Amino acid sequence: MNMNEPDSIVSARGLRKRFGDRSAVDGIDFEIKRGRCFGFLGPNGAGKTTTLRMLLGLSPMSAGSLTVFGLPIPEQARVVRARVGIVPQADNLDPDFSVAENLEIYAAYFGIPKQLAAPRIERLLEFAALTERRTAKVDTLSGGMKRRLIIARALINEPELVVLDEPTTGLDPQARHIIWGRLAELRANGTTLILTTHYMEEAERLCDELIIMDHGRILDQGSPGELIARHVEAEVIEVRGERSVLFEPIARDCGCRLERMGTSLYCYTNAAGALIAHLQATPGMVFLHRPAGLEDVFLKLTGRELRD
Amino acid sequence: MTAWSLPKLRPDALAVWRRNVLVWRKLIGPALLMNFGEPAIYLLGLGFGLGGFVGNMSGMPYLAFLASGIIASSAMTTASFEGMYSVFTRMVPQRTYEAILATPLEVDDIVAGEMLWCATKSLTSGVAILIVATMLGVVHGWQALWAIPAVFLTGLCFAGPAIVMSALGSSYDFFNYYFVLVVTPMFMLSGVFYPIDTLPHVMQGLVHILPLTHAVELIRPLVTGQALTQPITNIAVLAAYALATYYLAVVLVRRRMLV
Repeated sequence: MNMNEPDSIVSARGLRKRFGDRSAVDGIDFEIKRGRCFGFLGPNGAGKTTTLRMLLGLSPMSAGSLTVFGLPIPEQARVVRARVGIVPQADNLDPDFSVAENLEIYAAYFGIPKQLAAPRIERLLEFAALTERRTAKVDTLSGGMKRRLIIARALINEPELVVLDEPTTGLDPQARHIIWGRLAELRANGTTLILTTHYMEEAERLCDELIIMDHGRILDQGSPGELIARHVEAEVIEVRGERSVLFEPIARDCGCRLERMGTSLYCYTNAAGALIAHLQATPGMVFLHRPAGLEDVFLKLTGRELRD
Repeated sequence: MTAWSLPKLRPDALAVWRRNVLVWRKLIGPALLMNFGEPAIYLLGLGFGLGGFVGNMSGMPYLAFLASGIIASSAMTTASFEGMYSVFTRMVPQRTYEAILATPLEVDDIVAGEMLWCATKSLTSGVAILIVATMLGVVHGWQALWAIPAVFLTGLCFAGPAIVMSALGSSYDFFNYYFVLVVTPMFMLSGVFYPIDTLPHVMQGLVHILPLTHAVELIRPLVTGQALTQPITNIAVLAAYALATYYLAVVLVRRRMLV
């Protein structure tokens, strides 16, 4: 590690991206510290992917300044990309090659000599649990295998920073847990991770620090715990079904913050005891009592209307 | 740095070229069949069949005239097909360029690598026809080997505009415009099948704007052992088309990929 390099690995000031008269990213500032896992959380169209693309010099910025490893973007984007691993949102493995060949050809793009690449490829196949499938064509792989291969491919240049755009979207729970395990492994080895997601569980598990974005702006920033403490009450009681209407005045009297979503009623409170007792005493009430989570913060900050 | 900045030529482009060579090697059987089979049928059918009626053309047997013209025109069609259908496939549905751009490589390198690859494919097809023509006894002497770099340059010259079309295209159907309006007219007008001095005077001036005319003028004498008429002009025109369309292709691919 270069001693002149700042502890912050990414620094963005007034970062802005316009498409015509629409602002996809509307003047945002953030710092990302070395060795952390940093998440961008937001609904579709919030500006997460555009922010990542600007970070890598793959999308010209409309205004602002940006440095990665202390190097200015886009001027030094080539040098930066040589030290970064990128996991794209859509699968873009090379269908003309086998699993192992995908890693070989990617090593060649980075200019990594064959002798150096060969042992790395063995390690990465192991890491992705794809050693057995090394000669398979990529279109015969399952969704989870493809994702693992894409993550392995992003590590071919032994990056200091790995950028992941929705790494587990569309995967089944088993595949998702494997990916989470691999990402935790990377982070434990000191690799800085930046990821976008709209899975709260993923953000809560993996991220040390989060930005919640919407409409190109940062709504808030902090650790998952800080964000929960700052924005929502400690507990939630979710009352389901038509009968939840009967419970609404009682919850209101107890000072709950209420939100209705279809036939479900969400009661946010710091003192659930009395309400729970009441619900248990009322026959036919279906309810769920749980600690408040990131999802509650997210919905409070970005609203409940549908996004496309 | 904007979409219009001048591209930089770097050895990194060879990584993209090498990728395509590796894929081509996997499908070498059908590729070689195409390279040898098609011109052999063309030359046998047209050269012997039509040649019997035509006799000599521009002071050489029609088979020699046709073979040397087809070496040039196949460089054009090969590079055009590769630069449109294959490049578009890698750029759009297959997302290969997106994956490559996540490495230190840039659009400059991708387009340069693809142009080199298109020209390499032109080369394989040109060499195949040259071998077939040699076996048919119409190639005159070792100077014919100079046709090989000329075919490569022709390939570069047609790779550029094809990649421009890929960068502009929304689907494969879009390429029909280019084939019908550009490739086919050139194929018919640039002296592949008959000497251009049989065209009306005005047309002769016009066809000299077309790069294929210059490719034919350069390659035919090399293959058939005649004197070159204006080799410097021919090379300059082909190189100018290659460079100008390289620049334009880089700009347009940047505008498509880097948004």
